[in-house]
Amino acid sequence: METLTEIKYRGKRYRLDRPELLAPAGSLEKLKFAVHYGADAVYIGGQHYGLRSNADNFSLEEMKEGVKFAEQYGAKVFVATNIYAHNEDLAGLEAYLKGLEEAGISAIIAADPIIVDTALRVAPKLEVHLSTQQSTLNWQAVQFWKDEGLPRVVLARETSLEEIAEIKNHVDIEIEAFIHGAMCSSFSGRCVLSNHFTDRDSNRGGCCQSCRWKYDLFVDQDMVNTEEEQKFTMGSKDLCMIEHLPELIEAGVDSFKIEGRMKSVHYVATVVNAYRQAIDAYFADPDQYELKPEWLEEINKSANRPLNTGFFFQTPGAGEHIYEPEEKAAPYDFAGVVLDYDAASGIALVQQRNHFKPGQEVEFFGPGGTFFKQIVGEITDEAGQSLDAARHPMQPIRMKVNHPVKPMDMMRKKIRA
Amino acid sequence: MEELERLAAAGADAFVLGEARYGMRLSGDFDLPLLAEAVRYAKPRGIRIYAAVNNLIDNETVPLLSDYVKELDAAGVEAIVFGDPAVLMAVRQHAPKLELHWNTEMTATNYATANYWGRKGASRFVLARELNLEQVIEMKQHTELEVQVQVHGMTNIYHSKRNLVNSYMDYRSSAGVSGEQQTLRVDKESGLYLIEVERQDERFPIYEDRNGTHIMSSDDLCMLEGLDELMAAGIDSFKVEGLLKSIEYNETVVRSYRQAIDQYMADPAGYRFDEQLLDDIRAVQDQERELSFGFFYKEQVY
Repeated sequence: METLTEIKYRGKRYRLDRPELLAPAGSLEKLKFAVHYGADAVYIGGQHYGLRSNADNFSLEEMKEGVKFAEQYGAKVFVATNIYAHNEDLAGLEAYLKGLEEAGISAIIAADPIIVDTALRVAPKLEVHLSTQQSTLNWQAVQFWKDEGLPRVVLARETSLEEIAEIKNHVDIEIEAFIHGAMCSSFSGRCVLSNHFTDRDSNRGGCCQSCRWKYDLFVDQDMVNTEEEQKFTMGSKDLCMIEHLPELIEAGVDSFKIEGRMKSVHYVATVVNAYRQAIDAYFADPDQYELKPEWLEEINKSANRPLNTGFFFQTPGAGEHIYEPEEKAAPYDFAGVVLDYDAASGIALVQQRNHFKPGQEVEFFGPGGTFFKQIVGEITDEAGQSLDAARHPMQPIRMKVNHPVKPMDMMRKKIRA
Repeated sequence: MEELERLAAAGADAFVLGEARYGMRLSGDFDLPLLAEAVRYAKPRGIRIYAAVNNLIDNETVPLLSDYVKELDAAGVEAIVFGDPAVLMAVRQHAPKLELHWNTEMTATNYATANYWGRKGASRFVLARELNLEQVIEMKQHTELEVQVQVHGMTNIYHSKRNLVNSYMDYRSSAGVSGEQQTLRVDKESGLYLIEVERQDERFPIYEDRNGTHIMSSDDLCMLEGLDELMAAGIDSFKVEGLLKSIEYNETVVRSYRQAIDQYMADPAGYRFDEQLLDDIRAVQDQERELSFGFFYKEQVY
């Protein structure tokens, strides 16, 4: 049903410029796969000032290599410098930002105004994008940051589509919005549960996800819930907007951001692949655009949690939180990456990424919708020795494939039921 | 208003007041007429009134800001407490004589960012509570701005736009667990709190208001014993958080801090901490809530 609210911003606002698809890359390998599978830009973490202190963050050398790789695809690399700095973090900031500029990074994503301000001053070739950690919800604040010299703002995840359209109507600036992945259930940055529970500073990358823990709810001395029932939690379902791309495009979102620097290469490739195909299909023919069920199926194969649409249409309620034990939503595991393919023999060289063996059903997929299923036949090692299973991590395995494949195509297997 | 008068009598010389439409987590609601009344009471007594306009501002609120800050100016408040740049812009344009106090709670963590807001017009900033004493002192040493530090009471540890208690209650009735449809008060007088499964002795107050769901610390910060260290460092303003506390409790707390401040100021070199002032607070302290030093003497990792 089309509500009045929706009509307000859906005034057949055709857009010729394609929104950017922005993917997370927790490592150089993930960066390569994200770009190869169709991301227009990736965001990574450096050794300092980022909010994922547990991720394999990039050294400057790796950044340079990543930038070089991305350039071959016309893609950009952004660096998240999204902590709220403490006094002791300030020394070295200028040098770090200059280093990013020299490494060819296109933009930083910053929350703390002193990081924003310092970057504008010392690294003029770096674009500065305001992070969602700033909890920006209104056009006047967006105007403030534009006046400061920022070409782009990542809004708070609490902004609705209607509010985004309103902001775009007031301010000529790029708007980046999270469209997929895990979400803080608090305003991002406005949560210090980790500090209180574990002395880990959430706003400097120490978040221990206390919002997903279980709590009993009390009023005065009485417990509201019983011991038997599901407990209170703040944990949110994950965001997924693949079914609502036209609305996002028409509201004026300039960059579609996927969350997940800590997620696997299989996750990044699968999610990017689905959104890439959907965006391209929309722009090929906006009027005839329809969601293909296989894009959603692919997304579901990578999902870690149940999915929802966040704040885009309404404030999340009971149905948007996870109270019950989580079933593993994705019944598939990443099993291998294609390194090479010999068209004459139909034999692929596959790098093992998880246990697989003859007789098992696997799926191959690649950028742009390459997709087929088959049963694994005979497998051999590089020397031609027949194997009963692919056991060794990263071992190159030869196997016959039913259709042509390309390097960087992926193989996944169904998890035993 | 009654609480304001009683706390003023107990020795408070400044108050942050406002309404939930514009201000975050306030212990009372002061609309404009009541705020004007508070100013009329305060001014002759040398007490300063600051207006809380520190919400995360949405589009809908932006057009209301210009009139609101003009009216706050006309009401005679001394300063506006802000976090969102939209409020800063409205004040600079429509009430440029008003002082600006920057307060984003947990994200005010270094002096360089405070000085940035100083360059934008702020004259004071309020520190995050998740800092240790050395960091607090260092902040003061590196800024020309006035520094405000919370010394007593609970702190907010989580703020969501979601209505999390109501969502949970809806889930319970849809799952058929609760039997009868249960309605639960969720406002700040409701007495709701959470206990995390692994931490049975800590109670975290939780409530909902028009700004969403707020979870508060299980301990009450109490820096009475270390107040001389903060005074020696030159901290300009000590804040007592009165949220979710009775008037009697806040009265006792303000009285103790007032005396400690006055004793120190009378003779900084000969100052000795008066245990009796802390005992007065202990006597009214909820036994389920620890009086703690918060993060003042702690190291955090990440």
